[in-house]
Amino acid sequence: MLDRPISPLRRAYTGTMKLLCVLSVLLVCALALFLVGFVLAAGLPNLTWELLTTKPSYLAGTIGILPDILNTIYIILAALLIVLPVGAGAAVYLTEYAANKRLVSVIEYAAETLSGIPSIIYGLVGMLAFAGVFGTSLLAGALTLVIMNLPTIMRTTQESLKTVPQSYREGAFGLGAGKWRVIRTVVLPGCADGIITGCILSVGRMLGESAALLFTAGFAHALNGFFTGLASPGATLTVALYVYAKEQGEFGVAFAIAAILMLLTLAVNLSAVLAGRYFKKRRAL
Amino acid sequence: MERKKQLLETAVHGIFLVLGLVTVGCVLLITAYLVASGIPAIRRIGLLPFLLGDRWESTAAQPSYGILPFILTSVYGTAGAILFGVPVGFFAAVYLAKMAPAKVKAVAGSAVSLLAGIPSVVYGLVGMLVLVPGIRRLFHVPDGASLLAAIIVLAIMILPSIIKVSITALEAVPQEYEDASLALGATPTETWFRVSVPAARSGIAAAVVLGVGRAIGEAMAVMMVSGNAANMPALFESVRFLTTAVASEMSYSSGLQRQALFSIALVLFLFIMLINAALNFFLKRDKEGS
Repeated sequence: MLDRPISPLRRAYTGTMKLLCVLSVLLVCALALFLVGFVLAAGLPNLTWELLTTKPSYLAGTIGILPDILNTIYIILAALLIVLPVGAGAAVYLTEYAANKRLVSVIEYAAETLSGIPSIIYGLVGMLAFAGVFGTSLLAGALTLVIMNLPTIMRTTQESLKTVPQSYREGAFGLGAGKWRVIRTVVLPGCADGIITGCILSVGRMLGESAALLFTAGFAHALNGFFTGLASPGATLTVALYVYAKEQGEFGVAFAIAAILMLLTLAVNLSAVLAGRYFKKRRAL
Repeated sequence: MERKKQLLETAVHGIFLVLGLVTVGCVLLITAYLVASGIPAIRRIGLLPFLLGDRWESTAAQPSYGILPFILTSVYGTAGAILFGVPVGFFAAVYLAKMAPAKVKAVAGSAVSLLAGIPSVVYGLVGMLVLVPGIRRLFHVPDGASLLAAIIVLAIMILPSIIKVSITALEAVPQEYEDASLALGATPTETWFRVSVPAARSGIAAAVVLGVGRAIGEAMAVMMVSGNAANMPALFESVRFLTTAVASEMSYSSGLQRQALFSIALVLFLFIMLINAALNFFLKRDKEGS
């Protein structure tokens, strides 16, 4: 690449910088590898069928995490059911309707602010606003998660709405369709990929959330159906992990939950990658 | 018929407008709740004794509500995390944005995404069982649950944000800048560090600010490794952050103590708002620059 030699000083600079770069990347990869390996090695041996399929029993002195698994599923389902229409609708408003530039920037600033607020603050406000109305319950937790994930869904939907070609909209308008009809038939189908991507990202975030749920969804381990579950307090996997590790010293169970969470995180990341690849390919066609 | 259609259009427009305004409503709601519930305790304790008092004894017979230890712990903890996390994240970002072959980039990229996706309680758990005993043995201190443990956990947790945002900024640097530098005889490495990095500096600054925000707002992982005693911060001391101060007493608090916890949350919120403003400033400048 170079036809004449560079001075030793420059060579040293180049070498040092390159070395630092490589070392940093190696460190990051090693950390990720260590975390996955350590958690799986410590957790998988504790992951028994009995643990997965029972609820804790004080009489028998056994611990089961089935209620926590179900609670996690319920809370994610409920939160997604609410946040998807609201977030996607907000994105449609921003890209299709909003004519007032100032209003757009206010809404976008609000979304950015929301994504910067720490989860413990969401937890407090959720406790005051939602747990005050619905009691400490999965529903209060789910509503808190809704606010937290609104910016994510909004942003991903907005991104994909921008890829719907303007000519499609103009074509539909030219055929005499009203605005709502254009949105329903042309715009919304085009943003499915954004909504799905947002969904995956949000599921990942909800799975890992704990600080916002401590004071909104509570710590209970009761085995409930979907609707009773939503109305009653319940610990998600993360909250259960925290309680078992920090308050009860049950590290075996904590690591088993951590292993589940780690596997789910891997699955979420993998599906995000696959979805991204799929949508890219489809758009290229 | 025409009128009915128009009515429908207006109604739909209205619905979307309302959905669009939900985020604004949420921000207002959060601010209103925090201010309304945070002010009473500050009024009763007094602003200066609350912010600058160095003793937090909420359950004592003569309770004392000074949150200076928490503020300083949060500031020191965040500064420490930045000190460790930023250099590693920065160099990793330069490597991934500029040097890495496609395959390496894909593998390291998924490692970064994984670090971003791991729940904070899992970081806390590993920290509790690896880092805390490690620090105890390595430095011969009675308890490894300390500010240092929290700093290390936070430094790892902010890595993905720093790396991702920096990569985006570095990749947005126009190719012409780099070509010009290479044509003048600079080596590729010199080009990346002396041309690309300065050109991406607003974006990299935004990455650091984002890291600060993440670090100052983290609660659960820190709660599990920092010991949670309301001491003035020192590297090997058991400490309490602003976030963990709220979380650790909330479940059994009442009266003025509970109100004071809300005031702590308000202080934390103000910190975050400042950080958000800084973040927006850098992001805007980055956009204008490129």
